[in-house]
Amino acid sequence: MRPTGEVEAVLVQILFYLFATLLVAGALGVITARNPVYSVLFLVFSFVNSAAIWLLVEAEFLAIVLVLVYVGAVMVLFLFVVMMLDINLAELKRGFTRFAWLGWLTALAVIVEIVGVIWQHGLGGVDVSRGFVSEPANYSNTLELGQVLYTRYAYPFELAAVLLVVAIVAAIALTLRRRPGQKVQDVSRQVAVRADERLRVVKVAAEKRP
Amino acid sequence: MITLADMLTLSGVLFALAVAGIFLNRKNVILLLMCVELLLLAANFNFIAFSRMLGDLTGQVFVFFVLTVAAAESAIGLAILVVLFRERRSINVEDLNTLKG
Repeated sequence: MRPTGEVEAVLVQILFYLFATLLVAGALGVITARNPVYSVLFLVFSFVNSAAIWLLVEAEFLAIVLVLVYVGAVMVLFLFVVMMLDINLAELKRGFTRFAWLGWLTALAVIVEIVGVIWQHGLGGVDVSRGFVSEPANYSNTLELGQVLYTRYAYPFELAAVLLVVAIVAAIALTLRRRPGQKVQDVSRQVAVRADERLRVVKVAAEKRP
Repeated sequence: MITLADMLTLSGVLFALAVAGIFLNRKNVILLLMCVELLLLAANFNFIAFSRMLGDLTGQVFVFFVLTVAAAESAIGLAILVVLFRERRSINVEDLNTLKG
């Protein structure tokens, strides 16, 4: 049964704070983990929590896309690469703490500034203490998004497709490796061949029957 | 009820942590790429918060495109990383100094 009114609002808020805490903890794990594999797993954790928060604010389509495309494809790609490379971790961790204070200081400054701007000054007429109003029960986020994506943003959408094709071509072209002595067909030579290069007519002198 | 300020604060904290991560892991190219992913995620939070608050779907369409571009970026970045590791046997940023004048 769907809880009504204030109960639901409080429940949503509690869930938001829970997922936000987990998300920040995951992000901290990403930047401080000793092993890159753990960093990738922490990043997966952060993305899943972000998807949960996006579900809470009713951006359902993007939440599902985040899990399917990001966790399912991009993070697995990261994991593959991290596990494939034989990295010297000690060398990479050397001097980890040398500029750490600068990093934390920058983070602190950014947080203080952003929080100060949001909570003290507001954002040019937008009331930041307003809550998200939930959509009616028969509202479909995916449907609405599809209706603008394929009409008003049809050209950007096709441009994104072209961009992905370019990315595929670039990734394959970069990592393709030709080993010497490999036996492969050269298709362009196969196609360009002419009949007189294939077939040779030889005149043989006739011989008398013994 | 989740307020706009909650979402924006969360996004700011996430952004700051990712920036700190770039400082902390400045030698490891993989970690740098992952921190960029976190930065983009923080930006997406802002887009979604304002899109939902203003009732304008354009923000969510933009997040869609950000996700597309980020996927392409990480695919090419990791491909470059693999080629780099093949050439140098290292992913340390300090070893990438052949363009230094």
